[in-house]
Amino acid sequence: MKKIIAVALVLVTVLALAGCSSKSSDPNVITHAQYVEKALDEEVVIETYVQAHQSWWDNKVTVYAQSKDGAYFIYEMAATEEEAKKLTPGTKIKVTGYKSEWAGEVEIVDATFEILKGSYKAKATDVTKLLGTDELIKHQNEFVSFKGMTVEDYGDGNAFAYKNPEEKSDDLYFKVSKDGKTYEFCVEFYLTGKDTDVYKAVEGLKIGDKVDLEGFLYWYEGANPHITSVKVVK
Amino acid sequence: MRVMKRLAALALCAVMLALSLSACHGSRGMPAFEIPGQFDTSRDYEITFWAKNDTNKTQTAIYQRAIADFETLYPNIKVNLRLYTDYGRIYNDVITNIATRTTPNVCITYPDHIATYLIGDEVVVPLDGLMRDEKYGLGGSELRFDGPAADELVPQFIGECAIGDRHYALPYMRSTEACYVNKTYVEKLGYTLPETLTWDFVWEVSDAATARDADGNYLVNGQKVMIPFIYKSTDNMMIQMLRQRNAGYSDESGDVLIFNDTTRELLFNIADHVEKGAFSTFKISSYPANFLNAGQCIFAVDSTAGATWMGTDAPLLDISEDKLVEFETAVMTVPQFDVNDPKMISQGPSVCVFNKSDPQEVLASWLFAQYLLTNDVQIAYSETEGYLPVTSKALNDPQYREYLSRRGEDDQEHYYVKIDAAKLLMDNVQYTFVTPVFNGSASLRDAAGQMIENVVKSVRRHETLDGEYMTKLQRDVTALYRLDQFGDVTASGIGELGPMPATSKALLMTLAAVWAGLGVLALCRFVRRRRR
Repeated sequence: MKKIIAVALVLVTVLALAGCSSKSSDPNVITHAQYVEKALDEEVVIETYVQAHQSWWDNKVTVYAQSKDGAYFIYEMAATEEEAKKLTPGTKIKVTGYKSEWAGEVEIVDATFEILKGSYKAKATDVTKLLGTDELIKHQNEFVSFKGMTVEDYGDGNAFAYKNPEEKSDDLYFKVSKDGKTYEFCVEFYLTGKDTDVYKAVEGLKIGDKVDLEGFLYWYEGANPHITSVKVVK
Repeated sequence: MRVMKRLAALALCAVMLALSLSACHGSRGMPAFEIPGQFDTSRDYEITFWAKNDTNKTQTAIYQRAIADFETLYPNIKVNLRLYTDYGRIYNDVITNIATRTTPNVCITYPDHIATYLIGDEVVVPLDGLMRDEKYGLGGSELRFDGPAADELVPQFIGECAIGDRHYALPYMRSTEACYVNKTYVEKLGYTLPETLTWDFVWEVSDAATARDADGNYLVNGQKVMIPFIYKSTDNMMIQMLRQRNAGYSDESGDVLIFNDTTRELLFNIADHVEKGAFSTFKISSYPANFLNAGQCIFAVDSTAGATWMGTDAPLLDISEDKLVEFETAVMTVPQFDVNDPKMISQGPSVCVFNKSDPQEVLASWLFAQYLLTNDVQIAYSETEGYLPVTSKALNDPQYREYLSRRGEDDQEHYYVKIDAAKLLMDNVQYTFVTPVFNGSASLRDAAGQMIENVVKSVRRHETLDGEYMTKLQRDVTALYRLDQFGDVTASGIGELGPMPATSKALLMTLAAVWAGLGVLALCRFVRRRRR
């Protein structure tokens, strides 16, 4: 009996500590649900985990972040180049900034951050069935996947388009369809430049290819995912 | 963005290195260009042309056709085209290439940028002599094309290419800002559009449009979203407001005059309307065109060169069809304080010619730059957007007149908003102005817009705006854009005082290098924001 009680006490203690460690000691820190409820232009303090970031420049870095309860897009967060290098995927950060919206993308702007202990990498959520529905926006900024999409003509018989076709130093755009509806996706140059696998994969797409895609569910006047992985499946 | 960062670092290092080396070894730089008596057609020339298109395939095709036609006329001149999608990158690359003497031969540019290029020794060719040259100048006897004579350049536009007492560019296209108005909603609110928009009218209608029902829907559009007045370029907004009020901005010597009582008054007034939910900006909310076309904006101010994005039937759209709202679009001048003395900014690309050690190569470059002013190029390019040709020869050409007369026949080539935008500038050329150009004028322009952006953000965040706030704002933008570091290194001073001592040159070159670095960083910021 004593052994059972001892084990139980240990378990309770461990669980209690685990619970404490996942909850911030800062009373200003809010959950994702509370973040969603916040009005635009209100100050927000969140704790989350870096999933990826765009290239650093001019003491700013744009971060794709996600916690177990939701995702955030942190636009041009203040960071020195050295600080930005520490923002590897999984890194836990506490972010203070303002909730904002630009062309439908809900984001945190004018943000500062500090690195905390902890790590979490989100697995892609399959949102294929949510395309074209009002449910999709609930997954805004999350790391998501789209399965079995068909590459469509982007125009003039091409499977994709360069924003800057002459220099190839900018975003790539392509269209994919599912169940008769077509959607426009993007390879964001500052997230995945022309030397990355995804950039090259999109350059190699052909109209009619069946593809599985992964990326961050960015918004620009509607869903406009920043794709990070393209796999031709057929 | 990694590319931009490296370019910035490279540019700074390259300029510093090249300039310091040249100072150490007493290099005299590029010799001043002298016009050859005769163009040597026995030789072949290969020149580069750096141009910008608005991610518009038609514009690219026009450049390519212009080059092909020019090469047919001058088989010994090959033109290599390099296209950019924004001016910032062209500027960035030119700065990098000045140090290594690998500038393009001909380049689309803005006078603000040329002011920086001019710090280098004989980098940009002054065009006055070339324009006057009897054989190869404007309307010259030896030209193989029918270009404009000197008096066929719109005086206002060629005047904008003068820095000090010399012309360093030819105008290529001109635009201004327009206020694209949802006339349907203005009338629904019980107002009638005046002949000329005033700030009072725009603010009054915008305030009225913020009325909502008990469910939070805006009465005017029945939607949850309405930002009645959105300004794309707050730089231009502040600059034009100040000019209309005859208040200080800057002078030809590079003195910063923007921090004055009128500026504060304007900012407080803007804040009042932000508080009511009547005003926002591109940087804070998104493209004015998207809100306008969705029936969520009534007054959208943007360039006349963005007219093809404006209106229910716009040929270019960034929102889905189901969000489009039917309304009548009126294209009007930007709001004015005094309708009897209207003032609006003149903008649009110009073309400069870079100096080379071979004067014949420069002459070949000049011939091509001049060819861009021929009617075929001017008319074709202007029709791609709400641009205006820069020559009276093109403006009076029957082909161009016919184009204008076919306003509204279709929603592509003759889209009425696009043609109205071009006509707006045509009818108001005499009321346009440009700001003084000096080394640092681009930073001052950024600061002008930043003050509005900061005020809008602060109001939305319920911060207190008072005199103390304005003082801090002035301090912040001064530091951010280094406005207190503008010296008397003005472009207008170049060439007027004779040769400078070598030590002075070295000092100025170092300053230029620093400015180049700062400019690159500022441009990175500019480019980045527009790429979202």
